[in-house]
Amino acid sequence: MTTRIVELRQGILKKNDELAAGLRNRFISARVLVLNLVSSPGTGKTALLELTLRELRTRGARAAALVGDLETDNDARRLAASGAPVRQINTHGICHLDAEMVSKHLESWEGVSLAELDYLFIENVGNLVCPSSYDLGERIRVALLSVTEGEDKPLKYPGLFNSADAAVMTKIDLAVPCSFDRELALKNINEIRPGIRIFETSAKTGAGMDAWLEYLADQAQHS
Amino acid sequence: MHELSIAASIVEAVTESASAYPGARVKVVRLRVGALASVVEDSLQFCWELATEGSPLAGAALVIDKLPVIVHCDACGVDAEIEGVQSFRCSRCGKPAADLRQGRELEIEAIEIEEPEPKESAIAAANPVEERI
Repeated sequence: MTTRIVELRQGILKKNDELAAGLRNRFISARVLVLNLVSSPGTGKTALLELTLRELRTRGARAAALVGDLETDNDARRLAASGAPVRQINTHGICHLDAEMVSKHLESWEGVSLAELDYLFIENVGNLVCPSSYDLGERIRVALLSVTEGEDKPLKYPGLFNSADAAVMTKIDLAVPCSFDRELALKNINEIRPGIRIFETSAKTGAGMDAWLEYLADQAQHS
Repeated sequence: MHELSIAASIVEAVTESASAYPGARVKVVRLRVGALASVVEDSLQFCWELATEGSPLAGAALVIDKLPVIVHCDACGVDAEIEGVQSFRCSRCGKPAADLRQGRELEIEAIEIEEPEPKESAIAAANPVEERI
């Protein structure tokens, strides 16, 4: 028997990366801004998105959402109330969305064409670990953390926060009852992702939504 | 939590690459995994056993080379390794450094395969001219 070493030097998630690269090209040519929203379960991705979709529609923008959960279409039904096209992706136990799931759900999404959209939001499965490895072809990855989760979330989950392009601190209306140390949270996010754009919002009061929507509009112009 | 999907992806990629060497057995699969890749080594080893069980890769060892995070510091103009993953700052000047140069890798670097010795007739067929001389 002889032993031989074969150099491969290939990404383990090569298939996902290739599919995501294909999706990214499609998103660019359709001039649609695609955002991937990631956070723990219960941070308020759906609440932020409900308000965002509603506000964007009021401003005449065309937005749609794909929403990932292990089970149920509760989130899709909540979001659909905004009037925007919404499609649920059920992963049935898988802890993240991948490019293939996004691709399949886009292909078979009746009545929705990328070319007719300004924004596509992909709400990932609530999980602060696994989604960080899976590129979905998005242009902006948004990491959310709520004031109820504690200021050290970014330090506990650096892989995800470091991969984000923007961060949103949600539920700021609860900051005082939770004794949330805002300065510390901002510092922690910056330690993990120096210079990242950070928004502070409350889906309940609408606080911080103007800056967030302005950012979206600005980014969409460059799509 | 996603280590089983990762193990399955490794099995798929290695099986495909090894098929170019008929009759060979894969002994070792060597990975490069960055500190930010969100992969737990023990969990991946456990899932690797599950994913390879009963397959031609059963018994192959998974060797994981862990890579530290390296950032580029604009102020110093150098690439510097950071300690841990809690603070993305240049280890020389202490300034924040967002430009990541290493740490997200999730790659199969190489496989070590064991091939049967080529038979003499096969050598003769491969080198017909030399044999005649």
